[in-house]
Amino acid sequence: MFGWEFPPMSSGGLGTACYGLTKGLSSLGVQVAFVMPHGPEDAYAQYVHLIPASKALRTVRLSSGLRPYLSVSRPFYRTRGQARLAVLYGDDLFHEVQRLAELARGIAQEEQFDVIHCHDWMTFPAGMAAKEASGKPLIVHVHATEFDRTGGNNVNQAVYDIERQGMHAADLVIAVSQFTKDKLVAHYGVSPDKIAVVHNAIDPEFIDYGEKKGKMVLFLGRITLQKGPDYFLEAARRCLEVDPDIRFVIAGSGDMEGRLIERAAALGIGDKVLFPGFVTGPDLDRLYQMADLYVMPSVSEPFGITPLEALKNKTPVIVSRTSGVSEVLRHCLKVDFWDTEKLASKILSVLRYREAHHLLKEHGYQEVQGFSWQNPAKKCVEVYKRACHG
Amino acid sequence: MVKVCFYFQAHQPYRIREYSIFDIGKNSAYFHEQKNREILKKVANKCYLPMNAVLSELLRKHPEFKVSFSFSGVLLEQLEKEAPEALKSFQDLVKTGRVEILGETYYHSLSFLYSKDEFVRQVRLHAEKVKKIFGVNPKVFRNTELIYNNELAKWVEDLGYSAILAEGADHVLQWRSPNFVYKPQGAQKMRLLLKNYKLSDDIAFRFSNRGWEQWPLTAEKFAQWVGAFNGSGEVINLFMDYETFGEHQWPDTGIFDFMRRLPGEILKHPDNSFVTPAEAAKLQPVAELDIPYLVSWADIERDVSAWTGNEMQRAALAKIYEIEKAVQESGDAQLLEDWRKLQTSDHFYYMCTKWFADGDVHKYFNPYESPYDGYLAYMNILNDVRLRLEAKHG
Repeated sequence: MFGWEFPPMSSGGLGTACYGLTKGLSSLGVQVAFVMPHGPEDAYAQYVHLIPASKALRTVRLSSGLRPYLSVSRPFYRTRGQARLAVLYGDDLFHEVQRLAELARGIAQEEQFDVIHCHDWMTFPAGMAAKEASGKPLIVHVHATEFDRTGGNNVNQAVYDIERQGMHAADLVIAVSQFTKDKLVAHYGVSPDKIAVVHNAIDPEFIDYGEKKGKMVLFLGRITLQKGPDYFLEAARRCLEVDPDIRFVIAGSGDMEGRLIERAAALGIGDKVLFPGFVTGPDLDRLYQMADLYVMPSVSEPFGITPLEALKNKTPVIVSRTSGVSEVLRHCLKVDFWDTEKLASKILSVLRYREAHHLLKEHGYQEVQGFSWQNPAKKCVEVYKRACHG
Repeated sequence: MVKVCFYFQAHQPYRIREYSIFDIGKNSAYFHEQKNREILKKVANKCYLPMNAVLSELLRKHPEFKVSFSFSGVLLEQLEKEAPEALKSFQDLVKTGRVEILGETYYHSLSFLYSKDEFVRQVRLHAEKVKKIFGVNPKVFRNTELIYNNELAKWVEDLGYSAILAEGADHVLQWRSPNFVYKPQGAQKMRLLLKNYKLSDDIAFRFSNRGWEQWPLTAEKFAQWVGAFNGSGEVINLFMDYETFGEHQWPDTGIFDFMRRLPGEILKHPDNSFVTPAEAAKLQPVAELDIPYLVSWADIERDVSAWTGNEMQRAALAKIYEIEKAVQESGDAQLLEDWRKLQTSDHFYYMCTKWFADGDVHKYFNPYESPYDGYLAYMNILNDVRLRLEAKHG
């Protein structure tokens, strides 16, 4: 398996998903060798045999601007978490992608395995090289496309080309949602028969941090165009006109952070919209538990694990319809991300009518208990079998 | 001697629109006029008109054939406005003298559970409407969704009805058969007719189910099942939603042809005949039936949990009936009408979370994406109603 992130070296969804999936696969008796470019000593590797390729890669320049996703600009603020990310997504990303591919050839000749499974475009060239060297079937797993990351504007041609090449070279493709599958068919010309939908999951274990819920509405994710934080801020403005006692928290970092802070200040709600920066580990669960409501207003979200994490922490959710998770999650409210008026109305209504809040929380919590990584792992095994035996 | 008693329920609510919190105090148009009109026209074209034509043909062909209907008042209003030709075809059926109309609450409400005063008012309003449109007085009563208990039977008897319908649920009947007439406990002249849910649901729910071992259901087969009760039953009550024909069961399932052939097949047995509920009520009751708790024809539970099962539903119901006195005293006719339209049971049904995860019959005609959306819109509307009340009462 080729990946780019693995907790704790992780910027969000991709690393979490790789960790969960390998854990699920391991519980099914599947042995996974996980190859990643930067193998940290403290990686959570109890379920996988981790092969860090970093020793062979040249050092990444930390001084370079952070580019978690190639099409976004330099961040306004830099947090400790972001500095860490710079290791993952440095300036010479393309160069590293190619270097990983070259190394993959050697690794593929040394290791014993049945299938090659790689995650997102950064690892596609490595997967293709490994397939070429070993003759084993290749499965590419699409967690996000360049269209999601950019909102369809300024698609990076080089990234797109690698994505497309990988999908066409692969024996089978895994998409994290029907929403994503449709994109692969429409924008990448992949045959729908070749794409299996495997929805993501979470580790539903609930740890009670004893946090007391306040009248707080949470956004959590990269503060980039894709995640729709600007729509969240606009809804916050509308809500505060009706109820000035609500607090809105925009947690995460990204290239839009500075602009949003300025905008909140300009709207005169700077004291009611808080920006705690990048949050990880137990603090993440604490933050979810403090929130009265979680909102994921993404413009384009291939899956979206955060609403499941919020529900696991007993916080009800509102999700964007343009997301994979809205295909599978029933006990939540759904909105069009651009309709901030409706979003604001739903936020205010859920906070006001506690019966709905309570049932969304209780039923949602029960519902996410069914979203364990065993299920996607089982589906992946089916995909492996299909790739091996046709 | 087996008598077959058909009762069809025809009802469409005034669905509410996605009423936002920002509408409160600014906009008192609660109902989704366009959607309601579209659905009514669709149902009229797919079900009411074609099925009325089938019934009209059957009534001409078989002088022994009879059926009964119950129409909610809110449906009759909508038919007058949006589908007069469908209403006319119902009136024509009633003119044959072999189509009986039952009484119910005008607003298809749960008022019996929350306000007896309002219940009585709505039953009277409904009887007036039926008299005006069809020129007949309902003699037999059916409560919203066949919700029933002993107490209801007594109230309805006092209102002058001769019989009442209920679900022949297993937990009510136990070893008894639904195929006889009963007397409600504590009633005098009142009679109780119980739905044969097995045979009714064979038509209403299982007809097109290819996984059912009896599929395809033919008129011959069904008539045989009915005939098999000769000697062990007197009246087979086939109660179902009228939308079964053409809406729940699409025309391509063969439902219309099935119904076209069924009366002829049933009448092939010389001992079989058809009755209306008022006629069935004249049969001698075999026993007194004690039903102290509420039963209905909904879901597998056959109780009222489809409308009152979760805390959203209970809160919404408590709030709407809480303001009864203030609404009555406001003297505002529009406010009274809006308040009553908000009592229609469908609003609470849409808030049901029981089977939501599976997605099922509760979704039928449900205007909301989720039960939560239904509740939030409803509560926003009640806030607006309260503002209007405050404006009236100062």
